[in-house]
Amino acid sequence: MSPEINIDLTMIWAFIIAFAVFAYVVMDGFDLGIGILFPTFDPGRERDRAMNSIAPVWDGNETWLVLGGGGLFAAFPLAYAVILPATYPLIIAMLLGLVFRGVAFEYRWRDPSHRAFWDGAFTLGSLVAAMAQGMTLGALLQGIEVEGRAYAGSWFDWLTPYTLLTGLGTVAGYALLGATWLIWKLDGDAQAHARKLAKRAAWATLALMGAVSVYNVLLNTDYAARWLTAPEIYFAAPVPILTAVVAIAMLRALKTDRHSKPFWLALLLFFFGMAGLGVTIWPNVVPPDVTIWDAAAPERSQVFMLVGVAITMPLIIAYTAWAYWVFRGKVDDEGYH
Amino acid sequence: MFDGLDALLLARIQFAFTVSFHFFFPAFTIGLASYLAVLEGLWLKTGKGLYLDLFKYWVKIFAITFAMGVVSGIVMSYQFGTNWSVFSDLAGPVIGPLMAYEVLTAFFLEAGFLGVMLFGMNKVGKKLHFAATLMVALGTFVSAFWILSVNSWMQTPVGFEMGANGQFMPGESWLAIIFNPSFPYRLVHTVLAAYLTTAFVVGGVGAWHLLYDKANMHARKMFSMAMWMAAIVAPIQIVAGDMHGLNTLEHQPQKVMAMEGHYESHPDGAPLYLFGIPNDEEQRLDYAVGIPKLSSLILKHDLDAPLAGLDTIPDDEQPPVFMVFWAFRIMIAIGTAMMAVGVWSLLARWRGKLYEWRWLHRAALVMGPSGFLAVLCGWITTEVGRQPYVIYGLLRTADAASPLAAPAVATSLLAFILVYFAVFGAGVWYILHLMHKAPHVGELGAKRGDKGPIRTAGITPGPTQDPTDATTRDLSGTKREPEERP
Repeated sequence: MSPEINIDLTMIWAFIIAFAVFAYVVMDGFDLGIGILFPTFDPGRERDRAMNSIAPVWDGNETWLVLGGGGLFAAFPLAYAVILPATYPLIIAMLLGLVFRGVAFEYRWRDPSHRAFWDGAFTLGSLVAAMAQGMTLGALLQGIEVEGRAYAGSWFDWLTPYTLLTGLGTVAGYALLGATWLIWKLDGDAQAHARKLAKRAAWATLALMGAVSVYNVLLNTDYAARWLTAPEIYFAAPVPILTAVVAIAMLRALKTDRHSKPFWLALLLFFFGMAGLGVTIWPNVVPPDVTIWDAAAPERSQVFMLVGVAITMPLIIAYTAWAYWVFRGKVDDEGYH
Repeated sequence: MFDGLDALLLARIQFAFTVSFHFFFPAFTIGLASYLAVLEGLWLKTGKGLYLDLFKYWVKIFAITFAMGVVSGIVMSYQFGTNWSVFSDLAGPVIGPLMAYEVLTAFFLEAGFLGVMLFGMNKVGKKLHFAATLMVALGTFVSAFWILSVNSWMQTPVGFEMGANGQFMPGESWLAIIFNPSFPYRLVHTVLAAYLTTAFVVGGVGAWHLLYDKANMHARKMFSMAMWMAAIVAPIQIVAGDMHGLNTLEHQPQKVMAMEGHYESHPDGAPLYLFGIPNDEEQRLDYAVGIPKLSSLILKHDLDAPLAGLDTIPDDEQPPVFMVFWAFRIMIAIGTAMMAVGVWSLLARWRGKLYEWRWLHRAALVMGPSGFLAVLCGWITTEVGRQPYVIYGLLRTADAASPLAAPAVATSLLAFILVYFAVFGAGVWYILHLMHKAPHVGELGAKRGDKGPIRTAGITPGPTQDPTDATTRDLSGTKREPEERP
C-alpha cells in the first residue's frame, strides 16, 4: 500500500461522499421544503398538485441519503461510528420524521377522511427531518469530542445556539428549494403563491447563512484563520463573493416571471454553501481532530467501491434524469398516472 | 417502561424490533414485484385486459408496501451507526462496501424506476413501462442479494485480515467475502420464502373473493396462479431449507443444537424433538416428546450417527435455546402446511374443482398471512441462534454496541414502538381495505388524483364522468368523494 495512492483515494472518497450529501440536500431538500410549506397551500387542488409534482421522484431523491450514510459507513467507518452516537437524538428524530413524511405520500390518497391528519404528518415529518439534519450539520461543524475510536462527549453536546441556527438555516433553505421547485411545476394562483413564499424563504435563507458564517468565524480560531488570513483567504474568498452574486441574481429572478431559473439559482446557492462548509472543515471529517485519512477505510475497500461507483453512477444519473424527463413540465391537474 | 434493562439489552430489542418490522415489507415486495412483472408480461403477450386489471389491483398494494419498506429501511441503514458504533467501526471496511453496492445497484434502481412504474404508463408507453417494472423487480432481488451477503458474512466470516487497529480488513478476494460459505443457501432460502409469502397473500386474497363470488374471473386467475406457486415452490423450499440447515450444522453447530433442543450429546443416534420446554438453567429439555434417531437421519442421513449437544459448548458460547427451538418449529409447521395446501390445490385442479372447493378456499385464506410468520420465525432462528456473537466466533454482541446511556436508548425504543405500530398499523389497515375490494374490470391503478383519466400537462380539465370510478365531480371542478364525511 503506497501512501500516495491511499491519499488520493481517500480524497476521491471524500468528494464522492460530499457529492452524495449535496445531491441529497438539494433533491430531498425540495421535497422536504414542499412538506414544510404544505399548510400554506389550499387543501384540495393546490395541495394535490404540489404533492403530485414530487410523488414520482421523492423515493429516488431520498435514496441519496442512504448513499450518504452507507457511503460514510463504507469509506469512513470511524466517522460513521463517531458522528451517529454523538447526534443520536437528532438522527432518531430525523428517521422518525422521514417515516411520517414518506408514508404520507401514499396514505393521504387512501384515506380521504383522515387526509388532514396525513397532510399534517407530511408537514411535521418534513419539518422535523429538516431541522434535525441542519442541527446534525451544526453539531458536526462545532466539533465532536473523540477519545480512542469513540464519541466521548456528553449527551446534549448537539444542542447549542449554533446548532439551532444551522437547523433553522436548513429549514429556510429547504423551503426556498421547495418554493422555487413549485414555481417551476405549478401555474396560476398556486404559482404566484409559491413565488411569494420563495421571496420570503430567500431572505430568511440568506440571513441565516450570513449568521452561521459569522458564527463560524467567531466560534473557532482555526476556522477564523482559514477564512481571514492570507494565503488561505485567496482560496476561501471566492466562495462568499460567488454566493452573494447568486443571491442577487435569485432575488431578481423572483421578481420576474421566470419559471425554472429561481430553482437553478437556489441549487447554485446550496452548492456554494456546501463549498463554504468544505473549506471550513477540510481536511477533517469529524472536526476538530479526525481527518479523512484517520477515518478512511483501507485501500482495498476504497478500490472495490470505486469500481462500483465508476460503473453505476453514470447509469444512476442517466436513469434518474430520464425519470425526471418523463414527468417534465407543469404537473397534471389530476396527478400523474 | 424499560426500567432495569441495561443499554445493551435495549439496543438489542430496538434492533430486533425495527429489523423485524422492516423485514415484513421486503418479504412481500420481492415477491410482489416479480408477480407484477409476470402479470404485465402476460398482458403484453396475450393482450387480455384481465392481466392488466390484476396488475393495477396489486400495484396499489405494492405502492403502500414499498413506501413502508423504504422508510423502515432507512432506519436500518442508520441504526448500525447509532446503536452499534463499535461494530460499524470494526466491520465497516468489510461489510460497508457490500452495503454501498446495495445502494448503488439496487436502491437507486428500484427508486429510479418506481415512479415510472406507478405513474408513467401513459407517458412512456407499454414497453418502456414493462421495462421499468422489470427494473423494479430486479432491484428488489439485487437488494436481497447484497444484504443477505452481509448477513451471511456476519454468520460465516471468511476472507478477512485483522488490522492493527482492531478492524476487520478485506483480504485478497472480495468474491470470497461476498460468496461466503452460508450465503448461497441463505439467499435461495430467503428469496423462495419471499416468493411463498407473496403467493399465499395473493392466494388468500383470491380465496377471500372466491368465497363471496366463485365466478369472479379476476379472483379465479389470482387464486390459480398463487396455488401453482404454492404447489411448486413449497416443496422446493423444504429441500432448500434442509440444505441450509446442513450448511448451518457444518459452520454453526451450536445453532443447530439449539434448533434441535439437543442439550445432551447423542453418541448413537439423536432424537427429533417435536415438543419440549427448553430449560437453559438446568441445561435440559423439559417435557420432551421426540422420535428416536430421526434427527440423526435428517442431519447425517444415518440413524445411528453421533450428534454432539450443547454439553460440549461452554455456557457463555451458547445461544438462548427457547426462542430458537420454538421459532424453528413454527417455521417448519408453516412450511409443511404450505406444501399441504399446494398438494390439495393440485388435487382440486385435477378434479376440476379448484374454484369449487370452499374448504380449500378457507384454508388458503387462513394461510394468507402465514408467510410473514414463517419469515419472522426463520429470521429469529438464524439471528438468535448465532448469539452471543454478532460476527460469529469473533465479535460478541455485548462488545459491539454504541457508548449510549440506557435512558437514551429506552426513549428511542419507545418512540419506534409507538410510531411503527401507529404508522405501519395504518398502512396495513389501508392494504386490507384495498384487498377487501373485489378486483374488477377497469381497475384504476395507483392513481394520485381523485379522478381517473389521464391528461396532458398544463391543461385544466373540464367535468368528466368515468363509469368505473366511484368519485364524482361537479361543474365547478371541485372534487367530491362518496366516502367523505358530510
